[in-house]
Amino acid sequence: MDWEIVIGIETHVQLKTNSKIFSGASTRFGEEPNANACLVSLAYPGVLPVLNEEAVNCAIKFGLAVDAKITEHSIFARKNYFYPDLPKGYQISQLDLPVVGEGSLVITVSDESKSIRILRAHLEEDAGKSVHGIEEGKSGIDLNRAGTPLLEIVTEPDMSSAEEAVTYAKKLHELVQWIGICDGNMQEGNFRCDVNVSVKKKGDKELGTRREIKNLNSFKFIKQAVDYEVNWQIEKLEDGGKIKQATILFDPDSGETREMRSKEEANDYRYFPDPDLLPLVISQEKINNIKSKMYELPSEMKARLVKEYDLTNYDADGITSNIDVANYFKELLSFKVNAKLASNWVLTNIFSRLNESDIDIKSSPLKANKLAELILRIEDKTISNNAAKKVFDAIWDQDKSVDDVIEHLGLKQISNENEIVDILNQVLQDNEAMVEEYKSGKDKAFNALIGQVMKASKGKANPGQVSQLLKEKLKN
Amino acid sequence: MSEKLEGILGLIDQMTEVNTDSIEPMAHALDITQPLREDKVTEVDMREKSLKLSNETDQSLFIVPRVIE
Amino acid sequence: MQNLTLKELSEGLKQKKFSSLELTKFFLNRLDLHNSSINAFITIDKDKSLAMAKRADEIIKEGNQDYLTGIPIAQKDIFCAEGWKTTCGSKMLDNFIAPYDSTVISKFNAAGAVNLGKTNMDEFAMGSSNETSYYGNVKNPWDIKTVPGGSSGGSAAAVAGMLAPAATATDTGGSIRQPASLCGLTGLKPTYGLVSRYGMIAFASSLDQAGPMCHTAEDCAAMMNVMSGHDPKDSTSIEREKENYLTGINNSIKGLKIGVPKEFFSEGLDSEVEKIIEQGINEYKKLGAEIVEISLPNNHLSIPVYYVIAPAEASSNLSRYDGVRYGYRTKEYDDLMDMYCKTREEGFGDEVKRRIMIGTYVLSAGYYDAYYLKAQKIRRLISEDFKKAFEKCDVILGPSAPSVAFPIGDKKEDPLKMYMQDVYTISTNLAGLPGLSMPGGLMNNLPVGIQLIGNYFSEAKLLNIAHIFQTNTNWHNLTPEEFK
Repeated sequence: MDWEIVIGIETHVQLKTNSKIFSGASTRFGEEPNANACLVSLAYPGVLPVLNEEAVNCAIKFGLAVDAKITEHSIFARKNYFYPDLPKGYQISQLDLPVVGEGSLVITVSDESKSIRILRAHLEEDAGKSVHGIEEGKSGIDLNRAGTPLLEIVTEPDMSSAEEAVTYAKKLHELVQWIGICDGNMQEGNFRCDVNVSVKKKGDKELGTRREIKNLNSFKFIKQAVDYEVNWQIEKLEDGGKIKQATILFDPDSGETREMRSKEEANDYRYFPDPDLLPLVISQEKINNIKSKMYELPSEMKARLVKEYDLTNYDADGITSNIDVANYFKELLSFKVNAKLASNWVLTNIFSRLNESDIDIKSSPLKANKLAELILRIEDKTISNNAAKKVFDAIWDQDKSVDDVIEHLGLKQISNENEIVDILNQVLQDNEAMVEEYKSGKDKAFNALIGQVMKASKGKANPGQVSQLLKEKLKN
Repeated sequence: MSEKLEGILGLIDQMTEVNTDSIEPMAHALDITQPLREDKVTEVDMREKSLKLSNETDQSLFIVPRVIE
Repeated sequence: MQNLTLKELSEGLKQKKFSSLELTKFFLNRLDLHNSSINAFITIDKDKSLAMAKRADEIIKEGNQDYLTGIPIAQKDIFCAEGWKTTCGSKMLDNFIAPYDSTVISKFNAAGAVNLGKTNMDEFAMGSSNETSYYGNVKNPWDIKTVPGGSSGGSAAAVAGMLAPAATATDTGGSIRQPASLCGLTGLKPTYGLVSRYGMIAFASSLDQAGPMCHTAEDCAAMMNVMSGHDPKDSTSIEREKENYLTGINNSIKGLKIGVPKEFFSEGLDSEVEKIIEQGINEYKKLGAEIVEISLPNNHLSIPVYYVIAPAEASSNLSRYDGVRYGYRTKEYDDLMDMYCKTREEGFGDEVKRRIMIGTYVLSAGYYDAYYLKAQKIRRLISEDFKKAFEKCDVILGPSAPSVAFPIGDKKEDPLKMYMQDVYTISTNLAGLPGLSMPGGLMNNLPVGIQLIGNYFSEAKLLNIAHIFQTNTNWHNLTPEEFK
């Protein structure tokens, strides 16, 4: 039986604002329980919501980043249900007329591009937290998080594997940080995914019944949960069973998914427009204003790198994979280095060192300005590429200047033509056999001769020049 | 109670007498739009007041019977 | 002193005829003597009131006196007042000491007024007779066997019984105008959005409005000057240039076009009440107004529409009362669900529970379109009716209530009969228009109110029209014998 996997993802992104979405309470993480719970957060009788401008701006930025339509008149609705971490007994969210409409996000899986359609994104408030284990049979409610602004981003069921799901999640995670609307700190719950999984027989037009895995807050868990769930569903169906729509949780300890107890079972949320809030109007002027202040998007920068600097798609992807790498690269370019060289050095040498030390590029001990110096020395032929690697190793985490290291290690390249010709002549004299071999058609001998020249010059001769001069010499 | 409820539902059913197919629903009396608030922190820690108002608290948490997920 | 209007009290304080402390002590004394017979107040706090009076006297001494500085005002127990028990007439909030001031209370505080105490009301503002309060029925000072109207029954009884010179009240379907009518007072429900709802315990958010309950239109204008104004804490609060409601109050009303809706004079209106309203119309004719017949064809649908929209919004607004963070919590429970159910079963009265159930029903999947959405559509039709009417007239006149005060217990067991009390007032709330009720006569020694409905933001004109009526008639000066 050939099964196809169908995955859609709903991501709750906690927006980077100072205050909550409907009140002036702080959103700062890590405070003592209920220190950030204000009158509105606590849902006292008589309190009212007022919308945070910055939350709206974040939504607009996201819409622009995924090429989506920004809704001119969007409406807030109440989602009614009882739960202790939901102080009002309803969550203010958006149902019909969300602030962001249809858009898309392109992911690359195994070198192929795939466009994941975004159905919508809407603003809503986060709930509080229940803390267990204080007393037997009791839970403690902390409302610090209640009212934090969220942007819920919903895709169409366009992903067909766990790999695609993780790739999308990672790409989205980078994007929301890139445009500055989210800190992306998954341990703090900034970025949570609900993954909808269903399977269908290959060729079937109708989708299978889906189950929703809630609150996955790591990419590893997304992969594990999806893998487990897909197997579970396929096994069940192959056994002749049926999949019932359900909301499920992933248990990282066991690696399994299980149904949640009752909370969201067939709940009728009795959505209706919130009468305490008015229609949110976003003018084209406002959208243009926000767009003008935004940095170029990863897709825009990638296109520019390919067009203006002739980078490969692959390399441009790597440079624009996250905003810190992009900024590092931009800084490099500001020193007028060759873009292709720069991208190689970042994507190979810098990245491998970062991986080794398990740090990100922001923590790189070798800053962009120094790397730029090194690259410039390659470009002005002071040192060869090979020599540069040695310099790199020396300056990676040492506070030494590039020129000092070149001097100290004696790596200056010999580029003086006369000097090279002298060495060349000596080598040709000393290696008559090799010269004969080359002249009799053995091309390998050419490289061997170059090797000899490099050896004689102790690696300092400019290989490009050597090759050129040797070719000329051997013509005779 | 249920008798009285049924009576009220009967009252509400009077709405069917008028055709509203082409009418826009009216959520608010006036044609105004949502004002926006500057993203500033204006509220302070009010646990001294809020915890006192609750029936049961412990270490600045509001205590309820165990929440099962 | 109980017979003085706010205007006279303000003058008296300015001329040092008496101090705020004396004035406040006087009214607190009257409360001691008379409140138990009408049960108009839920909370009286002498210490707090007297402290405010003392501060007011200091302000007056410094020469910084405002119109209402030093005057004791009764506050409907729906307004959160910091440090004051604020119950909304419900067991659910019997132990709730408000941790903050509503904007309305803040404004009175800033004006230097004195909080005389929290008045009784129908539970969560749901009622038309003040018979659903956890704190017992309020009695009409005109005849203590009858109701004062509701939901602002306590505020109306307090002012009618001369226990307070004025009071604040709220109106969602008629809860200022109907009690004003039944108690012989002048009450105003402003245009929706003119008075901030921040801190005013919510019943039906798109309909609730706070307003003054006084003896005269002039006093209502003075109260409006304090109560109204944009509030950034209330998203539905209107931002517009501040008006002084006293400025044009004496303007001539010659040539005023008064619209009389034929639907307000059909069956259901007591014939004696009708006569009194017609007397009022004649009075206006004498004053130079022109009477125009108008029609509000969808008015009869305002009751079913209201009893869909208001309970729907209320059912959601009242979800926060779960015993978790404040308010009543049941004593014994097995688990979370048990706690929720028992707390709300025990904490809410029958009428509130009824409306929560209706509200939940009309919002539920499968019924939303037929009920809630349909009601919102008819709401627009009702609003359009008014728009058309105001093309023909400047103001609409009619009865405030279909009858005078009725005996306690008369309608309590029949919610539908009770709901009909609001048949002339509800449409105004649905459209968000301003409406006023003023005394127009007596029937069997019980007051009858005349209602005036104006176009959006025409409060000043309404108060002016009412004031001119009151300078030429005496109904508003009558007081019940026992409370003179």
